[in-house]
Amino acid sequence: MSTVFIGVCSHGPGITGRAGRADPRVRDEFYRSFERMRAALEAARPDALVVVAAEHFANFFMNNMPAFAMGMAQYYDGPIEDEKWLAIQRRRVPGNANLSRRLIGAILSDVDLAYAEEWKFDHGVMVPLHFLTPRYDLPVIPVNINCQGPPLSPLTRAWALGEALRRACDAVPERIAIVATGGISHWPATPDSGKINEAWDREFLRRWSLNERDALVSYTDEETYRDAGQGGFEIRTFVAAAAAGNGAKGEIWFYEPIPIFAVGCTIGVIPVEAVVAG
Amino acid sequence: MPGSDYNRAMSLYYLQKFLYQLNRDAGVQRRFREDLEGLLGDYDLTDEERAAIRARDVGLLYVFGVNGQILMHYAALLGLEWNEYLEAMRQGVRRHGPVRAGLYAMTTDQR
Repeated sequence: MSTVFIGVCSHGPGITGRAGRADPRVRDEFYRSFERMRAALEAARPDALVVVAAEHFANFFMNNMPAFAMGMAQYYDGPIEDEKWLAIQRRRVPGNANLSRRLIGAILSDVDLAYAEEWKFDHGVMVPLHFLTPRYDLPVIPVNINCQGPPLSPLTRAWALGEALRRACDAVPERIAIVATGGISHWPATPDSGKINEAWDREFLRRWSLNERDALVSYTDEETYRDAGQGGFEIRTFVAAAAAGNGAKGEIWFYEPIPIFAVGCTIGVIPVEAVVAG
Repeated sequence: MPGSDYNRAMSLYYLQKFLYQLNRDAGVQRRFREDLEGLLGDYDLTDEERAAIRARDVGLLYVFGVNGQILMHYAALLGLEWNEYLEAMRQGVRRHGPVRAGLYAMTTDQR
């Protein structure tokens, strides 16, 4: 067993870029939950962090859109966005191409995914890293699930990817942390930005915490679009994290709608069975 | 310029491709400032789409169906602040009607 940590978090660019415009009380409580997650992540002593994200046309476009992709580079640059807009400084983030290659090789037995030896991080990865690896000293391996341009992989395939990722991580000697990041209901970058369906979010998170596959994968894209907006398609990342949890129940450490961040801000973890040292 | 009677979904693809490349490529951004007509000639766009780009009409591009994850960066490139960007899209819908193609054409809650 060398999966040592599994978590989920939000990544909206407003979380850093529009920080000054949020209610400071709620915002700071959210930031404290991110801090708690950082401490838990560090306590797990990972050698690498796999970030399961849903990028927003940073690398992949509709000319050649992979359903699933994984980074296989020695470093990644980000953010791709304007630094001032995101309030995160551009930098080089370490990767681990050798580890990527082994993980990808293992996952390919179960799920077809593309690899990428060059990959630029957008806010979808940089916002989580800003809070979780503020020194940028932990090698990161990005995984992408297309949640932007339909047709999209069904939720059952996101689940299969999560299971395959877990199997692959457990088969390498390195200690691997997995953080999946996406929005729940949200309508980002549209006139409805700031709208959040809290009841839908809480029901989704209830299912996520119970980690029951059938309940989690039962949402159709039509329902998700209607109730949770196009941003709701990003639940695929949460579904993958749940699958990686091997049936363990999740804990929600924070959930609160923060409209100026355009999402119900979420921090959750799935406890991973303790690994005996040595 | 190619005939303008090909289907809208294909045209939306090239419109988004243009904006995607503009958002990320300093060379394309330079041509956007210095040689807009030449740059537009490289993409298979309708006359209406070219006019919207010339007019810096973010709201109309939204109505055409450009994905917000592409459009918001273009708006920032034009110097629109976040609320101005949201307002531009709302104004686009008021002026030009509901979103015509792409993901948001499914949206019923147009404001």
